[in-house]
Amino acid sequence: MTDQLPILVILGPLLGAVFAALGGWFRPKSSHPLVIIGLVLSFVAALKLVFTVADTGAQKYWLGGWGSKPGYGVVGIQITVDHLNTLLLAAVSGIALLTALYTKRLVDTELAGRQRYFYALFSLLVTGLLGITITGDIFNLYVFMEIAALSSYALIAYGKGRAYMAAFNYLIMGTMGACLYLLGVGFVFAKSGTLNVDDISIILPTLGQSQAVFVGFALILLGAWAKMALFPFHGWLPNAYTYSPTAGAAILAPLATKVAVYAMLRIMLTVYSVDYILNSPSIQSIALGLSTIAIVVGSFFSLSQTNLKKIASYFVVSEIGYMVGGAWLANKPGLTGAMYHVVADAAMTSALFMAIGCIAYRLGQSKLDGLKGVFFKMPVTMAAFVFTMAALIGVPPTCGFFSKWYLIQGAVQAGVWHFVIALLISSLVKAIILFRIVEIGYNRVPHPAVDGNPAIPCNEAPLGMLIPTVAMALGLVAIGLATSPLVNTIIAKALPATLTP
Amino acid sequence: MENLIANFNYVIVVILMMIGLWSMLAQKNLIKKCIGMAIFQTGIILFFISIGAKDNALIPILTEASDHKYHDPDVAKVANPLTQILMLTAIVVGVATLGVGLALAQKIYREYSSFDEDEILNKQTK
Repeated sequence: MTDQLPILVILGPLLGAVFAALGGWFRPKSSHPLVIIGLVLSFVAALKLVFTVADTGAQKYWLGGWGSKPGYGVVGIQITVDHLNTLLLAAVSGIALLTALYTKRLVDTELAGRQRYFYALFSLLVTGLLGITITGDIFNLYVFMEIAALSSYALIAYGKGRAYMAAFNYLIMGTMGACLYLLGVGFVFAKSGTLNVDDISIILPTLGQSQAVFVGFALILLGAWAKMALFPFHGWLPNAYTYSPTAGAAILAPLATKVAVYAMLRIMLTVYSVDYILNSPSIQSIALGLSTIAIVVGSFFSLSQTNLKKIASYFVVSEIGYMVGGAWLANKPGLTGAMYHVVADAAMTSALFMAIGCIAYRLGQSKLDGLKGVFFKMPVTMAAFVFTMAALIGVPPTCGFFSKWYLIQGAVQAGVWHFVIALLISSLVKAIILFRIVEIGYNRVPHPAVDGNPAIPCNEAPLGMLIPTVAMALGLVAIGLATSPLVNTIIAKALPATLTP
Repeated sequence: MENLIANFNYVIVVILMMIGLWSMLAQKNLIKKCIGMAIFQTGIILFFISIGAKDNALIPILTEASDHKYHDPDVAKVANPLTQILMLTAIVVGVATLGVGLALAQKIYREYSSFDEDEILNKQTK
């Protein structure tokens, strides 16, 4: 049974999507529990795989038993769970499960009558994201990328009004990214004759200095960057996440971009190699420069916004810079930081968007001006919010501190000072925004504890939304405290052996 | 030059992709953006088919030999079937993307009665 676990990870949400669409036809209320069942199945399998991988190493699974045939090489599609992706698999399915529980109330009010379409798309999106993470075949990765992308266009378009235009811009940018990726895959396939990640990594070094392989690498990177909204491809992201329904943003913002970063890591480390990266210094300096600009631009744009959702969306833009920069430092602490931050940032962004969703649900909007007295109205939500912001700023012992620690260490070791400065600026900007929100939420109303001032009634978000938000915020500390076992038993083994310490 | 003529299909691939990319990024009309997207994808499909094609190639299926057995085909003589299968998938993905894109364009038209990007932005800021 346990050797079938890898496929169960993606089968759960896929079947969940199908049955949610079908079951919802007859009984609209059944779509939510059906999706939950699929996600629970996926999460349990992913969690089990984390321990299996930590104990026994990488798990390879041939779809349909179509393994490699002697004399022909690979015949079927392989899915792989190794040290590089097992943590992200657990994080994606875990966050998806919590978010599915969280969105119940939101969807019932925001998208009344269309719950089953929403949950079918939700589950399909999670299938695509898990598929990108788990697959060991570069064309299969493209297909899963498009499954995730198509469902996210539709999820964003549920926001109505300005969301249609945001979704359309995302569709143009996303399709361009996917097409460039596919073109790159074509170059790699033309030179290596295979699509299997393990096989390509064996064949590519034997080809020597090949222009086609290099062009393929550059195209795949461009495609991945467009998908993950790295500067200058970030234009679609803030509008898309701001105008999409709150429930849609809660699942898209934490996961969609992070999984694209993972795809880039997989291509960089497994398909190509660290040596290949170090031998192409021009791409390395471009990538580091772009990620620095992404962090700075994302930070400064978030300062000038007045809508909480848009501020958080620009945070996503700057966090992408962290991971891409860390990966392209191409040294041990940098790559560790990037891999750790993919998981940590997924959790942080998820907690942030959940807290903002709670605020938007109760206050009916998410403008900064409307937050007056919110600390008295929703104390628990705001506690989770402040906590998440502290993690994003990098206060120990939350996970945000440890990823920044590794990233800065890596940047110093590589001597990339502009990246260090950008990281510090980004922390500073987040602190400024947190203090601004505290100022508006606390001080702009007469304090209710003082005699003669009007009391502000406590009006918390419903428990079904509050519990996942608090759980996710506490999870940030849990990930932070578990840093050393995670890094030592899993992430350290995902690093390539040839890496100089 | 001779190299270009011998590989004229790749020249067409590049031209198609440039037309597609240009109209995706530079055109203001949403429908023209969708058309550009389709042209771009067509270019990629042609590229994949070109790298798998061979002159006078056999079809990659097993044929019954005189001893009534199915021997493996001579790999050097058959066309690579993998690129064509990949492109079948890519066509399906392309059609789905185009469908979603056109549906969104229709929704935008109902909202703003225009396909022009500038005009829509004007109406949004009002």
